Amino acid sequence: MVRELKITPIKNGTVIDHITSGLALEVLRIINVQSLDKDSTVSVAIRVRSGKLGWKDIVKVENMELSPRKVNAIALVTPRATISIIRDFKVQEKRSVDLPDRIVGILKCPNTNCISNQPEPVESEFEVTERRPVVLTCAYCERRVESFLDHLT
Amino acid sequence: MSLHGRDVISIRDLSREEIEEILSSARKMVPYAEGTKVMHPLEDKIVAMAFFEPSTRTRLSFEAAVQRLGGSCITIADAGASSMRKGESLHDTIRMLSSYAEAIVIRHPNEGSARLAARASDRPVINAGDGAGQHPTQTLLDLATMLESFDTLTGLKVVLLGDLKYGRTVHSLAYALALFGSELVLTSPPSLGLPEEVVERLEHLGAKVSVEPDVHKAVHDSDVLYVTRIQKERFPDETDYRKVAGSYRIDAGVLREAKPRLIVMHPLPRAGEISPEVDDTPHAAYFRQAFLAVPVRMALLNLILGAAKKGG
Repeated sequence: MVRELKITPIKNGTVIDHITSGLALEVLRIINVQSLDKDSTVSVAIRVRSGKLGWKDIVKVENMELSPRKVNAIALVTPRATISIIRDFKVQEKRSVDLPDRIVGILKCPNTNCISNQPEPVESEFEVTERRPVVLTCAYCERRVESFLDHLT
Repeated sequence: MSLHGRDVISIRDLSREEIEEILSSARKMVPYAEGTKVMHPLEDKIVAMAFFEPSTRTRLSFEAAVQRLGGSCITIADAGASSMRKGESLHDTIRMLSSYAEAIVIRHPNEGSARLAARASDRPVINAGDGAGQHPTQTLLDLATMLESFDTLTGLKVVLLGDLKYGRTVHSLAYALALFGSELVLTSPPSLGLPEEVVERLEHLGAKVSVEPDVHKAVHDSDVLYVTRIQKERFPDETDYRKVAGSYRIDAGVLREAKPRLIVMHPLPRAGEISPEVDDTPHAAYFRQAFLAVPVRMALLNLILGAAKKGG
């Protein structure tokens, strides 16, 4: 098979690889592309062949490093993703996204009557109660949450 | 771990041993709750009753419990008249209250509010019902009622009847009964069954769980019949509601097949689920259950409000 370069390399920035196929746009939503510098190129590859996953998506963002909170959000949506930090065209650091034991602030509780959805000076908070597949439990109302896309803040 | 200074937000905050400690203490509290003996371990202590939605039974039994123990209460009984109406957050209201009292009892319409209150307060917080969420002291008094009748919780066959899907008290009770090795029989209209994930968690705890939609068969060889309300608003059509409510009404006919020692329980207030003719039978335990709220809440307050501060 001829190797084709579908996305050009970036000088500085972040590559999010091994995104579950079809979820690249969700990752872009988490990254909040609108908030980036105007000269930051964002490349998205959807349905790329992958030895590990069969098919995968890739997102490359120039001049941006992800905050831990955004990494947690990506871990929730696509737990097998990897994140590479690129500096001067070289991979400085590559790691898997890692779901912490508690998820703070990135997900709204789906229970509209939960106190965390009221005007109180608190952030939403979930405990990771199961990891495969991921199940979260609201630290306030104890609601179990098994799908996350619709509840990201 | 000692209960001194602890928050009690969910029945899951308590281990089986801690529940046993509370129930055993509650038994000893009965004469003090009746007023035939006197003890004042909470003398000079103030307990704040933060009731942000109406409640008669729960608030009065907590207030009675505090006063029987020699303590005094300060009360928010009407959220409309409180500063929350002026836009103060629950967080700030609780923070303020925790500087006025040694403990806070909270009832609030939002799920998770008691957990938030516990975080905002540096004094112990007891959840007296948060929306459709937790109501741990109700579970404790339910267990106390069964224990008083049977001297054990292990091996009891308990029918949970009514709205098992949305019923606030029933999930916590089922969990606690599973901890004690009771057998659970689920009797509900098909649309109001116990959620599958709850059944799985009960089975994971080792509980024997079965479903028996026919109340006559369910009652047949059981020890406890725990009746909950079926709410009209759960049904799209009033005719459907009437049909279902009628088929789960407990009367002398249903109890004819029951064991002589079967007890009928209900968290009250009832709305026609139990016919008044049951009141005068030896099966009726719901008024005793309502009374036991006082010694159970006394026991809990006494264990929490010792000399030690929160976390001590």
